[in-house]
Amino acid sequence: MRKAWKAAALAALVFLSSAAVPAAHAEDGEESAPLTGETIYVYNWGEYMADGRDGSLDINTEFTRRTGIQVEYSTFDTNESLYAKLVSGGASYDVIIPSDYMISKMIHEDMLEKLDFSNIPNFQYIDEAYRNLSYDPTNEYSVPYTWGLVGIFYNKQYVTDPVDSWDILWNEKYAGKILMFDNPRDAFGIAQKRLGFSFNSTDEDEWIQAAVLLKEQEPLLQAYVMDQIFNKMESGEAWLAPYYAGDAAILVESNENIGFAIPTEQGTNFFVDAMCIPKGCRNKSGAEAYINFLCEPEIAAANMEYIGYSTPETAAKELLPEEITSNPIYYPPEEIIENSEVFVDLPEETALQLDALWAEVKMGGPGDAVTLIVTLAAFLALYLAIVVYKKVKRRREQ
Amino acid sequence: MKKAVSRVYLALIYLFLYAPILLLVVFSFNDTDTKSRTVWSGFSLRWYEMLFQDRMLLQALTNTLIIAVSAAIGATLLGTLAAIGISSMKSWRKKVVMNITNLPMLNPEIVTGVSLMLLLVFLANLFGVQLGIGSVILAHITFCLPYVILSVLPKLRQMDPNLYEAAQDLGCTPLRSFFKVVLPEILPGVITGMVMSFTLSLDDFIISYFCSGTTQTLPVFIYSMTKKRVSPEINALSTILFAVILVLLLLINVRTGKVGGRKGKEAQEF
Repeated sequence: MRKAWKAAALAALVFLSSAAVPAAHAEDGEESAPLTGETIYVYNWGEYMADGRDGSLDINTEFTRRTGIQVEYSTFDTNESLYAKLVSGGASYDVIIPSDYMISKMIHEDMLEKLDFSNIPNFQYIDEAYRNLSYDPTNEYSVPYTWGLVGIFYNKQYVTDPVDSWDILWNEKYAGKILMFDNPRDAFGIAQKRLGFSFNSTDEDEWIQAAVLLKEQEPLLQAYVMDQIFNKMESGEAWLAPYYAGDAAILVESNENIGFAIPTEQGTNFFVDAMCIPKGCRNKSGAEAYINFLCEPEIAAANMEYIGYSTPETAAKELLPEEITSNPIYYPPEEIIENSEVFVDLPEETALQLDALWAEVKMGGPGDAVTLIVTLAAFLALYLAIVVYKKVKRRREQ
Repeated sequence: MKKAVSRVYLALIYLFLYAPILLLVVFSFNDTDTKSRTVWSGFSLRWYEMLFQDRMLLQALTNTLIIAVSAAIGATLLGTLAAIGISSMKSWRKKVVMNITNLPMLNPEIVTGVSLMLLLVFLANLFGVQLGIGSVILAHITFCLPYVILSVLPKLRQMDPNLYEAAQDLGCTPLRSFFKVVLPEILPGVITGMVMSFTLSLDDFIISYFCSGTTQTLPVFIYSMTKKRVSPEINALSTILFAVILVLLLLINVRTGKVGGRKGKEAQEF
């Protein structure tokens, strides 16, 4: 039997080493810089950087090859989990790539280092339109990585009305076939734009009106979802869904029945993910070299081609294939961008109100202590009833 | 009639248990450009090919395997020793210690995760190091420990205590008699504990999430894909993992089956 174990161990070894070999021989051709022994820790969204698959450029390996600095790369799923990880003190990163409103929150809480732009000369390629945005008004803390817009994906076979406003997500004709964002900022944003309000309003009344509108919509919805939208839209289970243009562009490519539209007149959300250096980083100059590298037009272009978002650099855009740059999903006309708005961190009062309203929309009311006590009491009563019943039964038997 | 109903019932239960895994395996061979998981468009091995090109995923897998193996070995060593200690305690003490041991198992995982993280961050700051693969291994050993103790203790209880003394009467040192007599007796329990720790550590998300620092384990990596979409590579990887664990289980069963068979025969000969 020993042999079987040996064979199993050997098989496992082969499996592991076969995994390691292609990585070691991935780069050949040009000479590479000697390793400096430095390492930078990068924290980015999942599936958000070209990594050499499907013939793309392996960004991190290329950076190591040019500078000799090694990259330790890991990924997160939401801005909130990135924030939680940084606040907990459980990890320190050198480069992080959060979205707009999270950046403004981190600036307010003094969690970001000011960047030394003399180490990031490639910042010159970033277009004027993407500098000094309201989340970082003086542009001292962040360098834009990607941007995009929120729009509506719809199934042309079933949706016969023109899709040109957010109103269609409230159309009773499509009851049970509509999907909605499963996060408060995006969901409320749609209601706010339908009412003509700003995303970053601090007016209590406006938020309540938006919540009322979302409550009206709730019975028409199939579900509140995030990434399930891909499967649900593709299989025809749902017909209408708002989502981020860059993420879902593959939907339009894969299924010719699926269309995409941005409500031009009401305006939409314009979001930016930008590179920042958090306080407590271990290698600031390495981090700045990395940010500078990602801003290089060829690198940015190769990266965008893989991840499917839009680049904030005209120089990089020019290097991309015509079919991408002329596609309005990726690069919509100017007036749409002008009519859109960026999320900014909300003041605490408003944020608390938003949380409460969101709970009300999703669960039909804030989770209150009364319900909890009643539930617990019901369980307790049930338990006592069983105990008493058993005792009575036993006494009878005696 | 009754038999037929019970068979159908059994079949339904197995279907319910295995249909998701079957679907996962089938769609890992799906030939599609668009990462679709709902439309079948022909057989292909492309996701397996992609899997072996995905450096991040392989890195996460390697981390996870290193952590799972170290945690399983560490927890088994500590747990077996603890179980031997506990089994020779007097009754009320034993009860107290067993209750303390069982508490972390009943504790919600999130509480374990957060409290471990607080402790590890404190220690890491104290010694000027960063959280990483080492801290995850420590955390995993901690939460696997009770499971090992619980699977070894019954074996110790079943063992005839006189055997150990007999070995010493016949001239073994205490250490030698442990390896010669006690260990072979409790080995099935030790192996069960080890396999259990391995699988628990392999699929743990919450505790790894809190304690991992900048290293990433496979479950954490997969979770970070959920805003975009989980790629069918994950199907391929899961299929491989499922197959490996199936083979491991079969090997263990065949092995214990053979040992059991031999023992049975010996007993008959006596």
